[in-house]
Amino acid sequence: MASKSGGFSVRGLREWLEAPVAEGGTAGRTPLDTLRGAAARITTPLLPDDYAHLINPLWSARELRGRIVEVRKETADAATLVIKPGWGFDFKFQPGQYIGIGVLVDGRWHWRSYSLTCPPDWSGDPQHKGKRLISIAVKAMPEGFLSSHIVSGVPAGTIVRLAAPQGGFVLPDPAPDKVLFVTAGSGITPVMAMLRTLDRRDTVPDVLHIHSARTPDDIMFGEELRELHERRPGFTAHLHLTGEQGKFALADLDEVCPDWRAREVWACGPLPMLDEIEKHWAAAGLADKLHVERFEIERNATAEGGTVTFAKAGRSAEVDGATTLLQAGEGAGVRMPFGCRMGICQTCVVTLTEGHTRDLRNGKEHRAGDKIQTCISVAAGDCTVEV
Amino acid sequence: MAITDIKAFAHLSAADIESLGHELDTIRRDVESSLGAKDAKYIRRTIAAQRIIEAAGRATLFASKKRWAWLTGTALLSVAKIIENMELGHNISHGQWDWMNDPEIHSTTWEWDMTGTSGQWKAAHNYSHHMYTNILDMDDDLGFGILRMTRDEEWKPINLVQPVANLFLAALFEWGIALHDLSAQKEQMGIPPTSFFPPRHVVNEPNKAFWRKAGKQAAKDFVIYPALTGPAWKSTLKANATANLIRNLWAYAVIFCGHFPDGAEKFTEEQFENETQGEWYLRQMLGSANFKAGPAMGFMSGNLSYQIEHHLFPDLPSNRYPEVSVKVRELCDKYDLPYTTGSLGKQYLLAFRTIHKLALPDQWLKRTSDDAPETSSERKFAGISLPSMPTWNGSEWLAEHSASDWLAEHQPHWGLDPETGERRGLRSAMQEAKVALKEKAAHEKQVLREAKATLQEKARTETALLTEKAQRGGWLSRKLRRNG
Repeated sequence: MASKSGGFSVRGLREWLEAPVAEGGTAGRTPLDTLRGAAARITTPLLPDDYAHLINPLWSARELRGRIVEVRKETADAATLVIKPGWGFDFKFQPGQYIGIGVLVDGRWHWRSYSLTCPPDWSGDPQHKGKRLISIAVKAMPEGFLSSHIVSGVPAGTIVRLAAPQGGFVLPDPAPDKVLFVTAGSGITPVMAMLRTLDRRDTVPDVLHIHSARTPDDIMFGEELRELHERRPGFTAHLHLTGEQGKFALADLDEVCPDWRAREVWACGPLPMLDEIEKHWAAAGLADKLHVERFEIERNATAEGGTVTFAKAGRSAEVDGATTLLQAGEGAGVRMPFGCRMGICQTCVVTLTEGHTRDLRNGKEHRAGDKIQTCISVAAGDCTVEV
Repeated sequence: MAITDIKAFAHLSAADIESLGHELDTIRRDVESSLGAKDAKYIRRTIAAQRIIEAAGRATLFASKKRWAWLTGTALLSVAKIIENMELGHNISHGQWDWMNDPEIHSTTWEWDMTGTSGQWKAAHNYSHHMYTNILDMDDDLGFGILRMTRDEEWKPINLVQPVANLFLAALFEWGIALHDLSAQKEQMGIPPTSFFPPRHVVNEPNKAFWRKAGKQAAKDFVIYPALTGPAWKSTLKANATANLIRNLWAYAVIFCGHFPDGAEKFTEEQFENETQGEWYLRQMLGSANFKAGPAMGFMSGNLSYQIEHHLFPDLPSNRYPEVSVKVRELCDKYDLPYTTGSLGKQYLLAFRTIHKLALPDQWLKRTSDDAPETSSERKFAGISLPSMPTWNGSEWLAEHSASDWLAEHQPHWGLDPETGERRGLRSAMQEAKVALKEKAAHEKQVLREAKATLQEKARTETALLTEKAQRGGWLSRKLRRNG
């Protein structure tokens, strides 16, 4: 760890100074790393952040944190959260990506992923007085414990945990000349970020947006869509009310959007709708023009077993619902953290980065972002662990 | 030999032990399902308080050339180190707060303010010690490899230095633990336990991790902080060393009170071989000891004053141990099991007595490993006859039968007392054994006294006889001389 004997260099010194935070940090590098590293040498085994975030929770670079600065009702069961991220947040995300957010409920952090609804360069907005903010929109799901909690009562000022923006459902820059968005319900949220980005950049091409909602009151961002429709000649919003007209039939596509075959498509909404769209586009031989986003909340977590991916080891294994992840990993030749298999030692704990697992002791389900004990966890569908 | 059959020792049937296990499971579930914001607040406030006390202590030491500042700073730093070590480091690394799903307060990320790495400690302590608690040759915490803490271990001449070794262990406890954990990890990984100043070709991961951590710790307390205080560097250095010493002594005392007072039993591998979950619980219960502590002392000991509860539920949050202990005591009453506890002073003195007693070779000691104060076994009950048992010759019988045969034979005499309707188990058996042993001793004394009296009488008669003979002999010799 100390500078090697092969000679002194500024880079070597810098690396030496940054070493303590490089070991513990997960939030990415910041210009302050050298200083933090130097300070870590006197606060060992803690990091300076362990003290800093006592003063202000946002001053933790060990993990991303954010403060909710505004909660705006969108519909009766949906809300926009405006969040001020703490140290180390990367604002260079792409419109359409989602972030992980952890909310403290009754002493326990719950993780979910939500699409960002703001454009990446939002900070210039006069409304925010130069503050660098992000926003997400959350729709309460009947079975969604956390989404209901967020929509019905997270006060401004609440501290949340954040995970860096990610996801491949993104709009390229520059955008294609002809675009079609097909969304339903809260599937509008990633597309909202795309629309706002196009609008901000003054580069709205030929965009048609077909959005389904049950009633006019259920349309998230309805007012904004209407306003954009009027202000931007390239943008056409087509609203479809399923309460009156039933489900949007893809057979009507030729009528609503005669040139759909010529358009690059982004679709987001309930699973059956996306499955149908995928079939439709595949049948037309246009599968490569289609981009689809499936929300995690709707992924089927009742499955037994699946493919377990061991991310760092770069291996995977097919397992049933009775094989523990520890066994699966050892079987696949991954060097798993040592485990005693008695459920008491906690030496086999790893982070679940994707998918769901189930705790064999009590049947409790864990989802991405949770730390799990591999010795007592089985796969509930495909999942990825950080080993 | 230590306990080979916990059923026979506890005077409980397999069904009893199973239902005891279920009741303990229920206690665990009740706590788990009631964890919430209040508990989370407890640990967060503890962390904040610890950081503030430590920062205050370090700051005060800038003025440590003045006596009051030195004393205050050292005291604050000692308290901070003790809280960090016991209530935070130990308990968080046990996974007690993993349920919060907070990466900053999690067993996988917490690094403590001790010489050893948290990772090596977790492997040695959470795994070896908590799984094999008090099993001879399996639990390395039994004497930490340098003290002979049970008569089951053979005496060696080196044990004579035990009183001194004990002092060293207490003063340098963090180093003892660190080296102990390092060698445990090497053993688990199949790495030969070469010297920890290894030549280049045997530099291995555990050694590297150990020296990296130990180096950082030593640098912080003995170089960086003293240097930062400038002219006060000497007094700061002294303060840091003192705070480490105080923390070491306290941690040592708490840990020795948890497993080494009389009544904390030891077990053999035979017991472990086919152990059920219920028996596992029972072993943790009988292998640990508590000490009485109010809220403040409980907090400063990381709630390890509730060592029994901690060993039953090592990953339940420590702030819940007091309430759990009430329920565990109720279970002990119900199953007539002992609940080993006493004042901190008493518990430590018992451990202290064992350390010094066992420094001596066996032939100087009275009891055997079946009925010594620090180790007993189910055979303890076999050599004595209790009012509730038929008289029989235990040791001969045991030579031919297993302990479980003995249990089957004598089961009818335990179970529920026909008069009171209460369960009669280990606790009653222990009391009766104590009484019986006392009676036996009194009886033996009586026999001895009588034998002595008989011998004395005999001696008296013989003396008288001899005197008489001598007198007669004297007369004879005089007569002979005269005639000659």
